[in-house]
Amino acid sequence: MSTSPSPADPRQPPPSAGPATDRLAVVAAGGQVEPEVHERVRQTPAVLEIDRFNLWYGTKQALHSITMPIPHGKVTALIGPSGCGKSTLLRSVNRLNDLVPSVRITGEMRLNGDPIYDQRMDVIELRKRMGMVFQRPNPFPMSIYENVVYALRIDGESRRPVLDEVCERSLRGAALWDEVKDRLSESALGLSGGQQQRLCIARAIAAEPEVLLLDEPCSALDPIATGKVEELIQELRGLYSVLIVTHNMQQASRSSDYTAFMYLGRLIEYGPTTDIFTKPVLRETEAYVTGRFG
Amino acid sequence: MSSDPLRRRRSTHAALAAHGEAWVWLTGGCLALAMTMIIGLLGYIVSEGVATFWPRPIELIELTDGRKVLGEETGRDKAPDGTGRRLVRTANFELTGKHFEWFDDGDVTATTRPAEATVVERLEGGRFQGFPTRLLHGDEVVAAGGEEAWRGFREKHPDVRRRWREAWRIDKGDRGVLQRKLRAARLAVVRAGLSAGADSPAEAAAAAAEKAVAAEVEAQERRLDERTAELRAGNDGWGLEFTTASGETVVLPMADIVRAWQPNKASFQERLGVYASRWGEFLGDDPREANSAGGVFPAIWGTIAMTLIMALLVAPFGVLAALYLREYASRGPLTAAVRIAINNLAGVPSIVYGAFGLGFFCYVLGGSIDELLFRPALVADGQPTFGTGGLLWASLTLALLTLPVVIVATEEALSAVPNSMREGSYACGASKWQTIRRIVLPRALPGIMTGLILAMARGAGEVAPLMLVGVKKLALDLPIDGTFPYVHPEREFMHLAYLIYDVGFQSPNSQAAKPMVFTITFLLVAIIALLNVAAIWIRGRLRRRYVSQQF
Repeated sequence: MSTSPSPADPRQPPPSAGPATDRLAVVAAGGQVEPEVHERVRQTPAVLEIDRFNLWYGTKQALHSITMPIPHGKVTALIGPSGCGKSTLLRSVNRLNDLVPSVRITGEMRLNGDPIYDQRMDVIELRKRMGMVFQRPNPFPMSIYENVVYALRIDGESRRPVLDEVCERSLRGAALWDEVKDRLSESALGLSGGQQQRLCIARAIAAEPEVLLLDEPCSALDPIATGKVEELIQELRGLYSVLIVTHNMQQASRSSDYTAFMYLGRLIEYGPTTDIFTKPVLRETEAYVTGRFG
Repeated sequence: MSSDPLRRRRSTHAALAAHGEAWVWLTGGCLALAMTMIIGLLGYIVSEGVATFWPRPIELIELTDGRKVLGEETGRDKAPDGTGRRLVRTANFELTGKHFEWFDDGDVTATTRPAEATVVERLEGGRFQGFPTRLLHGDEVVAAGGEEAWRGFREKHPDVRRRWREAWRIDKGDRGVLQRKLRAARLAVVRAGLSAGADSPAEAAAAAAEKAVAAEVEAQERRLDERTAELRAGNDGWGLEFTTASGETVVLPMADIVRAWQPNKASFQERLGVYASRWGEFLGDDPREANSAGGVFPAIWGTIAMTLIMALLVAPFGVLAALYLREYASRGPLTAAVRIAINNLAGVPSIVYGAFGLGFFCYVLGGSIDELLFRPALVADGQPTFGTGGLLWASLTLALLTLPVVIVATEEALSAVPNSMREGSYACGASKWQTIRRIVLPRALPGIMTGLILAMARGAGEVAPLMLVGVKKLALDLPIDGTFPYVHPEREFMHLAYLIYDVGFQSPNSQAAKPMVFTITFLLVAIIALLNVAAIWIRGRLRRRYVSQQF
């Protein structure tokens, strides 16, 4: 990050940067900017609506008034430099941030109209409506089979035919079935890294989630495994509403329908992926996606 | 420019410390020292413990004052004035009043190893050493002459032993069962009197039942008496006559002889037979002669039972406590204080736990249990059931003692579970408890087992608290037997570690007991090692199943 911002000092004028980083400079100085949200995003029906969402870790604000709809049945990518709040936003969607003691939030999120941060929302039930895949593969210390049907098990499902059916469907959905069908009862920890990550995806789609959250799912994988997981994301397109955080521009451009560019906890530009990568409205976005900054 | 004063001069040799080899030697040396001490200690225990039962040759020693003694040399050292002297096990306590005697080398004129010198292990009175002369049955001489008598003895002795053993089994087992039956009937009378009132029909019925039981018991006892009398009569009169080295003649009743051997003459196989038979007795029989001879079976039993019960008690407590500390309690000064307190508990002297166990478990808890459930026994003969030391209370006391070890190890194991696994589980919609039960605990299980192994090793070697809460010098009734309710956790028990103290330092014949101490120590170490190996094996299986590297 060549223009990595220094901590804002109100007595000093904002650091003079090139015209391409004007808004970013304002943000770096602690200012607020109006996000550029393309009209086509607003026209698509949303599975998840994020509405003026703020989040603080202790006294440090990590998300600044994020407002964005996540389209139904599409793949939406969150891009931006490290520390811009992409993962925080993702983890706020299924309220994993509740586990961090010092977190405070304002604003709203709605999953198919249900307020996520409502007092009456049961967080356990909420998480069952979503699936999440993490940066590093995190298979559970049990068999491949039990990993896949974990969400159903904790729901009390114990009918073998149901579990078998879900297991096969999810593993097929995660393009892993042919590789593991003969060793379902073996430990999941014996799989390779890429297989483990696809297993985690199978686990996430087993409960038929309304939204699938992917937090840099390929960053810990080698190129071949990455290719397989990307292919898989392509296949999930249309079947699930996917929100994916990624560092990889190519990945975002290849596998997503919509892309949101975030910077220092703010949404900067949000639109159809082809527009963001070929004719972005903001020069800042263009600078980032072309690699001139970030 | 070579004389530039600012230029740092390089020495041609780097300093020794820079190579780091000094540290290799220091650290390696410390490890080597520690290993030497451990291996030396274990080696000493094993070599002494294993050699105890091997029959060693005995010598006929002639002294300058004309005395002749027969004995086994057990030690040698220098007297303060520089002359050598030897410690000889002379045995024959009833004749000489000594088991062992020191002889100066200067006083010894000759030592020989007569082939017919015989060592006799007796039920009481220690060993006897002499030369067999005649085999007697009443007034009749069955065999005369050393060789004949020895052959005759070897022929008759197994039968005599078998009869003796059967009589002993009747006395110890069958009569005990009858006595317990009688006591149960008596307690039933007291119970009826307590619940329905004295002179009530219920009490009268119970009293009648007791009378019936008493009559039945008496009849059975009479039968047992007849049987034992018959067995003893079969042994009566059989005796082996010996001449000692000093010329006295002694007749030993054959029933008193546990085993006898002629070490100077015995072949290797015969020695091996004696060795095996003594090990067999050691492992499988009850102790005799104030624990300094015979077996330690009840103590083996007590040690293993106590250690396992302790592990069963401490595991759930410790794991649940650690789970709360690590998974539920919020981080704060109070949690930190609790953690420090637990760590400090590990440093409390164990006798303090013993005192606590006696005061709380035995007297308060046990007393209440007696008051509530075993009142008849209290009223009938003032005998506490749970209100005194016993296996259960000793196990509980040791569980308390080892609790900090388990808590600390479990906490470590829990904190080693990657957070990503917990998050993955939460993201699937699992509750906290489901995450703990299905993900965290299985993954932490090997680490928890490590804590349990440490706890078992510590608990099995503990003596001081046990002396207060139920370990006894002699307790032949095992906590599991054939009488209802089959498991008797309230019974007092024997323990190998306590036996080491008792045999080694409380024995009237401590010189003879010394080898026993080594053997008991060896056995205790072996049992603890065995328990640990079993636990480590289980841990290895769990580790293969639940914990494996991520990539």
